[in-house]
Amino acid sequence: MIKLQNIQRNFQVGDQIVHALDDVNLTINDGEYVSVMGPSGSGKSTLLNLVGLLDSPSSGSYFLNDHNVTELDENEQAITRNQNIGFVFQVFHLIPRLTAAENIELPLVLAGIPESVRKARVHSALESMNLLDRAQHKPQELSGGQRQRVAIARATITEPSILLADEPTGNLDQKSGLNVIETLEQLNQRGITLIVVTHDAALGARSTRSIRMIDGRIESDTIDRKPGQPLGNSDVTLT
Amino acid sequence: MLLSRDAIQFSWQALSANTTRTFLMLLAMSIGVASVVILTALGEGARSYVTNEFSALGTNLVIVIPGKNETSGDNPTGLIGITERDLTIDDALAVSRHPKVTRIAPLNIGAAEVAWQSRKREVSVMGTSYEFQKIRQWKVAQGKFLPKIDLNRGSSVCVMGSELRNEIFGAHAALGQWLRIGDRRFRVIGILDSEGQSMGMNVGDSVFIPVASAQALFNVPALFRIFVEVKTREAIPKVITFIKKTIQERHQGVEDVTVITQDAILKTFDRILSALTYAVGGIAAISLFVAGILIMNVMLVTVSQRTNEIGLLKSLGASSNAILNLILIEAMLLSALGAIAGLILGQLGCWGIRSAFPQLPAYSPAWAIIASIMVALITGALFSLLPAKKAARLDPVIALSKR
Repeated sequence: MIKLQNIQRNFQVGDQIVHALDDVNLTINDGEYVSVMGPSGSGKSTLLNLVGLLDSPSSGSYFLNDHNVTELDENEQAITRNQNIGFVFQVFHLIPRLTAAENIELPLVLAGIPESVRKARVHSALESMNLLDRAQHKPQELSGGQRQRVAIARATITEPSILLADEPTGNLDQKSGLNVIETLEQLNQRGITLIVVTHDAALGARSTRSIRMIDGRIESDTIDRKPGQPLGNSDVTLT
Repeated sequence: MLLSRDAIQFSWQALSANTTRTFLMLLAMSIGVASVVILTALGEGARSYVTNEFSALGTNLVIVIPGKNETSGDNPTGLIGITERDLTIDDALAVSRHPKVTRIAPLNIGAAEVAWQSRKREVSVMGTSYEFQKIRQWKVAQGKFLPKIDLNRGSSVCVMGSELRNEIFGAHAALGQWLRIGDRRFRVIGILDSEGQSMGMNVGDSVFIPVASAQALFNVPALFRIFVEVKTREAIPKVITFIKKTIQERHQGVEDVTVITQDAILKTFDRILSALTYAVGGIAAISLFVAGILIMNVMLVTVSQRTNEIGLLKSLGASSNAILNLILIEAMLLSALGAIAGLILGQLGCWGIRSAFPQLPAYSPAWAIIASIMVALITGALFSLLPAKKAARLDPVIALSKR
């Protein structure tokens, strides 16, 4: 469970202080499918980075599974990120010199998991992403959709509870974009909390909960229960 | 935590992905290590060369020099001792009475004109004895060395150095000819081997006559040196004491000779040449530091080129420490590979020097090899600390958004 309390994130730009996040209070339960929308500079990426522990709030508290993670030191935050959070980026961020399999393996390598265990997990990840025949290919030999699926496999290889996607379809054509979003949604249906930041209204509309941000504040937060689509495993709480 | 094996593999992949950069870095580091190896090998080679030359002089050798080598207020000539009493043949004979003394050879040196038919030449004339050749371990190419006669007796025979022989006699047979030295005539009875070169003496260009003849020729009773060969190394201090005491007694109680040993000279040379080896090694080590600075530059460029990657690694759960370690491992791997390449290069260089100059035993000393590798690794680590810290401190959000 993600719980943000009175989160303030300020940046100094020249002699002006910009409030990228201005008193944000938000609770996201396990298994939710949340889209975050809003104009550029509204703070949606900052929110995602903060939830992903890539950024720290200027003030306020962030509880992840009832632990105050803002109090963790850098090393503990890294471990938390490795075990609980997966990132999917617009530009994929695959390491060009490594093969698809090696890219997927990276979080396990960083966690110090022995090679024999890693190989088995990478294999099943490749299998579930339909990438087995692409395992030994370098990123530049893969299509955009394949690259993003490699990135998703990498983000989920440590079996995190939260998957954060920042414009995951932004660099993809419509067909592979849809394929990627369906892959993400499948993961959500298996229980992962999915938070997608996007400009794309159509993509945003697919989620069960839509957050709209303007000027660092949550403008609206609507639960949109679609027919036939399950909501998270508990109630959505607005705070 | 990242396993070290995986970290090394990750760094290795990073290095092999950029072959040009890696090759240039290896080159810089290996040249540094190779120059330490080669220069110290040269220094060591020179040291062994000198040591060998000295042992060729005969090992348990003691040399008696007239004059007390000391600085004193009433000695206006300063460092060079002067003496009122000459070192004489009788002094030499007195010294030879010690049971541990196996051989003695007096030496007198002067310059004189030698001539045969119309050919003339100004050379060093050495007055000495039969024993001298044995002590200096010279080889005689033709004929024999000076005869075994009473030191106080002159004889009109001479032995020539091979170069001098060639210049004076050319194609003519030299043995048995009468050579004029100064205003006297000497029969040539032997030619020294050209191999008989020895430190500090140009043997090839000298002529040897009995010591008594030389005294008469130059009209000086004083000896230039007395060479004393001692039976064993252990007996040297006793013999030195004996020499000093004997000559002091003979010189009315004045200790006016200096006794030096082969060992002392050798040690001095050894010290000088060792210092030289350290010095050139140190100079060469500067190139290792230059290589270290190169590594720092390249790693700084690497860090800024791979900002995205570092941001990604952080987002995947790499701590700042893990990033620091990865960059350090990469730099250390570079330095280690460079050091190994440099070692191979250096050994090849030493082998080349030994092939070109067989008399120079150019082997790099173990300390230089170990030190150069250590310096390479330490500079590699030290100079990559800055880029590694820079990488570790990168803000992942900014690093990821950098294009």
